[in-house]
Amino acid sequence: MTEYEAVIGLEVHAELKTKTKIYCGCRNSFGDEPNTNVCPVCMGFPGALPVLNARAVDLAVKTGCAMNCKINEISRQDRKNYFYPDLPKGYQISQSDIPLCSDGFIDIMTDGKISRIRIKRIHIEEDAGKLLHDEKSDSTLIDFNRCGVPLVEIVTEPDLQSSAQAHAFLETVRKILLYTGVSDCRMQEGSIRCDVNVSLRKKGSNKLGTRCEMKNVNSFSAAVRSIEYEISRQLEIIRSGGKILRETRRWDDIRNMSFPMRSKESAADYRFFPEPDLTGIYVEKDNINRLKSEIPELPNSRLFRYVGEHGLSQADAEIITADIEKADLYDSCAALGVCSYRSIANRIIGDVSTFIRDTGRKISETKITAGMLTDLIASVEKGEISDTASHIIFRKLAENGGEVRKTAESLGLIQESDIERLKLLAEKIIGNNPKSAADYQNGKTNALGFLVGQCMKDSHGRANPALIREILEKKLTQ
Amino acid sequence: MLRRKMCTASEILADIKRRISEKESEIGAYITLNENAEAEAELVDNALAEGTELHPLAGIPIAVKDNISTKKIRTTCASKMLEDYIPSFDAAAVEKLRAANAVIIGKTNMDEFAMGSSTENSAFKVTRNPHNPDFIPGGSSGGSAAATACGETILALGSDTGGSVRQPASLCGVVGLKPTYGSVSRYGLIAFASSIEQIGTLARNAEDTVLLYGLICGHDRRDATTVNRSYPDFAAKLRNNLSGLRIGVPPEYFGNEAEDTVKAVVMRTLHAMERNGAKLVKISLPGVKHAVAAYYVIASAEASSNLARFDGVRFGRRAKDCSNLREMYVRSRSEGFGDEVKRRIMLGTFVLSEGYYDAYYKKAKLMQLKISSEFDSAFESCDVIAAPVFPVKAIKIGGRDMSPAERCAADICTVSANLAGLPAISTPCGKDGFGVPIGIQLIGKQFGEQTLLNAVYGLEQIGGAGND
Repeated sequence: MTEYEAVIGLEVHAELKTKTKIYCGCRNSFGDEPNTNVCPVCMGFPGALPVLNARAVDLAVKTGCAMNCKINEISRQDRKNYFYPDLPKGYQISQSDIPLCSDGFIDIMTDGKISRIRIKRIHIEEDAGKLLHDEKSDSTLIDFNRCGVPLVEIVTEPDLQSSAQAHAFLETVRKILLYTGVSDCRMQEGSIRCDVNVSLRKKGSNKLGTRCEMKNVNSFSAAVRSIEYEISRQLEIIRSGGKILRETRRWDDIRNMSFPMRSKESAADYRFFPEPDLTGIYVEKDNINRLKSEIPELPNSRLFRYVGEHGLSQADAEIITADIEKADLYDSCAALGVCSYRSIANRIIGDVSTFIRDTGRKISETKITAGMLTDLIASVEKGEISDTASHIIFRKLAENGGEVRKTAESLGLIQESDIERLKLLAEKIIGNNPKSAADYQNGKTNALGFLVGQCMKDSHGRANPALIREILEKKLTQ
Repeated sequence: MLRRKMCTASEILADIKRRISEKESEIGAYITLNENAEAEAELVDNALAEGTELHPLAGIPIAVKDNISTKKIRTTCASKMLEDYIPSFDAAAVEKLRAANAVIIGKTNMDEFAMGSSTENSAFKVTRNPHNPDFIPGGSSGGSAAATACGETILALGSDTGGSVRQPASLCGVVGLKPTYGSVSRYGLIAFASSIEQIGTLARNAEDTVLLYGLICGHDRRDATTVNRSYPDFAAKLRNNLSGLRIGVPPEYFGNEAEDTVKAVVMRTLHAMERNGAKLVKISLPGVKHAVAAYYVIASAEASSNLARFDGVRFGRRAKDCSNLREMYVRSRSEGFGDEVKRRIMLGTFVLSEGYYDAYYKKAKLMQLKISSEFDSAFESCDVIAAPVFPVKAIKIGGRDMSPAERCAADICTVSANLAGLPAISTPCGKDGFGVPIGIQLIGKQFGEQTLLNAVYGLEQIGGAGND
């Protein structure tokens, strides 16, 4: 790979989170009984006509704004013509010459480094149905529920250079779509998918090589593997003196390889032309501004801030920004200015993440607040509660709410830090365990641990472990 | 008549049915008759007997072209492809007919998928001209025009993509209106060329036309190309407007392509209108000589895509015993479509293909814009534009005296109104030597239907003028 570099472009399809489909009033919902969310429009019956769902346009415009695109105030819908049984009209309504959004970019981070990936265009289109093979009757069945589900297609310039960058890009896109509420991005439901374009060129050259397109890439991990496979496949061909053919390949995720689907010579001619059943899409400036104002600070911007300004590791910052509620909680805690960024991050990655994972709830569905979390951290730092106790207190608070101190008291988890009382405790334990005390004095240092343990046991875990250790040490060496 | 209790809806229907039993075997206007018509008429009679206020068209028999969807009534597009297709929903226009309690008498014959202008390209039957059964009734709405002309219905709906209402209206001697694009919902009209076609009306006079058009026009949320505006009460405003009416006469429509007989009849009518106060204005529409070429490119392109849904998967014809998907597509479509339909699908597929799109489709769209702007300028000096409808000699049934290309060229006078989205009307103004009627066409400004209807009404008031 030394003398060659990869040039990668991605096309990401994401289903938009609308109540109804893009061109009819059928429900946009996954997992229903086959062919229950259908009507003459999405089934392509003769005489039925599409009517554009304005909400789908809004969500796509929001996507464009979040990805720094120019929003075309007038765009067009076009027909993409091809025959396939999952495409009832024999054409897909998409956008060809004039997409809704164009010329944007997304900044991503790999190994702590930021790079800018240009977005060529974002357009809206309708999804197709699903084919299912019925073993019993040895026939193919069609579920039209997904027909007409609104999609955005996000197309990059060929700005990516590695599978790692592609992965970072896809993760960033996914997070942006989640932050803006544009899509659910449920991978297992196929609500976000991508096509991958890969070519190789001599390092330093600015001429693009012949590219191959990979379809059927249904997960981010498949994207990574298909890119790596394609790079080594092309490298092998070039090294053995062969020529790369411009072709479309199908990724086989089970066999971990791709296979040719069609070459350029037999490339599909989609015969795009303006959709005559629909008018142009007009997006008003006011609407663009309104949608823009609804966009929160985006995950990549927060990631860069957490790493660059707060000194968090990229890995930790990724975990926090994976969920907007975690990131919001982190920012609220940080804004209070009582605790270190590190300690807040640890709490969120630890206690908070564990709790929401175990309960299957969102942060907003628990009693967790920024004030409570920073109080908890401060209490540990002040020695009022032990770290061990803090996890128990956190669960109680997350479940029921309340104040840290009161909850700690009611659970009997306030840490004993009073020196005089701890001295009495130490004397008592030394008195009860003369052999261990003697062992320590004779150089068996691990006997100290045993004595600390006995103190903790005697105090029902309430003794401040650091202080009691200090006191025991002092007393035994006097 | 109904409301004045001079007769009942059932009596009118019985009269029409009697006429159908007399004439239908010769004319062949219908593909399917509505078995429920008697019940629908009875319903109206009962409602009227109870004193319920109904729409003026309640109880009136109306025929519907067989490319307009009718719930529970077979809708074939005169194609083997849809021989057994029964829609699950009514077209928007049909919903309005039903809401007005009009009686749908049946579904009329047409050229397959509205492609043609003779009603000979039907997979099921040939329709004959009631004025001379040796001649074609025109098309593609030939069944609707013939049924209206010979009393097999009172009113009819047709569809007009390039002249398919006006041309058969002209040949059958009835009034045919192609409305402004976007004034009548296309929801439920089985699409041929979506961007230029409209559902239109066929009737015996302006007064009937006004009632039917007034009923079916209007914005429809289900058709994004309908215009959201209010429409006047056309019937209330129907009056002779010949005095002062400026009629534009473009030489392009009266050139060598037009038969002398046709030209003479149309000119005589225009002069009669002039004698009654109208002003003839010379205008020019140089772009219309390219209209037919632009029309065939655009219409075929859209057709090739619109007809892709007939793939044998969900409805319509599916070839039997296919071993794979490709074979199912190829055989279902080869068996289901007739020659003219195949010809246009191939043409449309070609003009949209990579490498040809710019040379054909894009150019045709530019031509369409040019024609449209020429009409706009022409209307600065006139209120309506006059033209023949069908500029050639009437055609005998089965007469192979015209090639498909020549038949296309004969659309010259009608296609421009479709390309420009303008309303146009054909009304009878004479007959040729074979007794086949000749119509005059008036093209109006966008949403200028009232002016057209008033002009036709005026022409009727002065006795149709051209009749000798």
